[in-house]
Amino acid sequence: MGLITTSRVKSPWLLHFDCGSCNGCDIELLACLTPVYDVERFGILNIGNPKHADVLAVTGPANHRNYRVLHNLYQQMPDPKVVIAIGTCACTGGVFYNCPNILGGIDKVIPVDVYIPGCAVKPEAIIDGVVLALGKLAKAR
Amino acid sequence: MSWWQIILAFILAIVVTPFIGGLLRGVDRKLTARMQGRRGPPIQQPFYDVVKLFSKQTITTNRTQLVLAYGYLLLIVASLVLFALKQDLLMVILVLGVGSVCLVLGSLSVRSPYSQFGGHRELLQMLAYEPILILVAVAIYLKTGAFFIGNIFDQGEPLLPSLWVTYLALLIALIIVMRKSPFDISASEHAHQEIVRGVFTEYSGSYLGLLELAHWYEMVLLLSIISLLWVPGVWPGILLALFSFFVVLIIDNITARLTWPRMLRVSWVGGLGLVVLNLVGLHFFGG
Repeated sequence: MGLITTSRVKSPWLLHFDCGSCNGCDIELLACLTPVYDVERFGILNIGNPKHADVLAVTGPANHRNYRVLHNLYQQMPDPKVVIAIGTCACTGGVFYNCPNILGGIDKVIPVDVYIPGCAVKPEAIIDGVVLALGKLAKAR
Repeated sequence: MSWWQIILAFILAIVVTPFIGGLLRGVDRKLTARMQGRRGPPIQQPFYDVVKLFSKQTITTNRTQLVLAYGYLLLIVASLVLFALKQDLLMVILVLGVGSVCLVLGSLSVRSPYSQFGGHRELLQMLAYEPILILVAVAIYLKTGAFFIGNIFDQGEPLLPSLWVTYLALLIALIIVMRKSPFDISASEHAHQEIVRGVFTEYSGSYLGLLELAHWYEMVLLLSIISLLWVPGVWPGILLALFSFFVVLIIDNITARLTWPRMLRVSWVGGLGLVVLNLVGLHFFGG
């Protein structure tokens, strides 16, 4: 791997967006930052700013209210970037599937690179998913 | 100074400093993680971050911002070169101040409320640390009779025993310049906090990398000013600077952020008060 690819893989800054999940997945995502899992040892930082982020982690289903916000956040992120759908709701809509106010999974709005199913997902699964996403980031031009 | 010494000073200031600054940032993140019971990223993590930032697409809001990012970096490098060439200490401090003004103007040139907040708070931070630095230069002048770093270097005995009160004030300035808690009010240390990096919010990609690089230069410059307090011999000064760095990390980990009025109170009453006390002592008792 070249220097640039190595640096991209070693320093993924993560933007977390909650599309209206029940907070179960959000709590598991934040658990990854605690001393037990400590994802900062892989260089992963929780960044609140789309302009600084490399990885967009979305929890919860897309609905008519928030899809514009989700799309806007995605557009503001500089390339190369990857998107991770965390939890069953973000993947397909989950228990809200076919509800009149729900569009479905977030892939109805933005392209998704990695799907992590689970209700709620385990922190281990999230870390696995981020590692998968890093493989995609390494190949991105 | 002969010509090869001048070239050496240039190389030291421009090429070697980013490596020192980056390593210090890496040590900073590692030690902070250890103090919080985590493993923490590897020491070379800041270099990964900056290389990645330089390889990313740049999304800009306006051109003024980009010019000012370069201005910030160049002025701080200029200030460090002045220091390495052993020029006037007052000049070094004022050029550093102009560099910070560039950063403020850059963040005020966009309409994002986070950036605007950050810009105003950065101005307040400058208001807090610049007077301390200038009075530190005055204190060093009273003791050595010189503003020129070259002449300060020629002193026979270390300054710290008679200027240790000033040193305490310099520590406060170091915390503010390193943007560490309790004074990380302009660019919150962590990017998920309320002003999402404040002055840096609207910068992305390579320009954010430039600002990070400038921050490393700035940090090394302030540590060099601290090391002036023990000048005969290079190593005691460096050890003093590293010790101060460590103290700042401990303070960072045991304190919460203050509001800006409290920061001004601490830095003016505490910091300026200490330096003035030292100046009065030097004037009446000769150190």
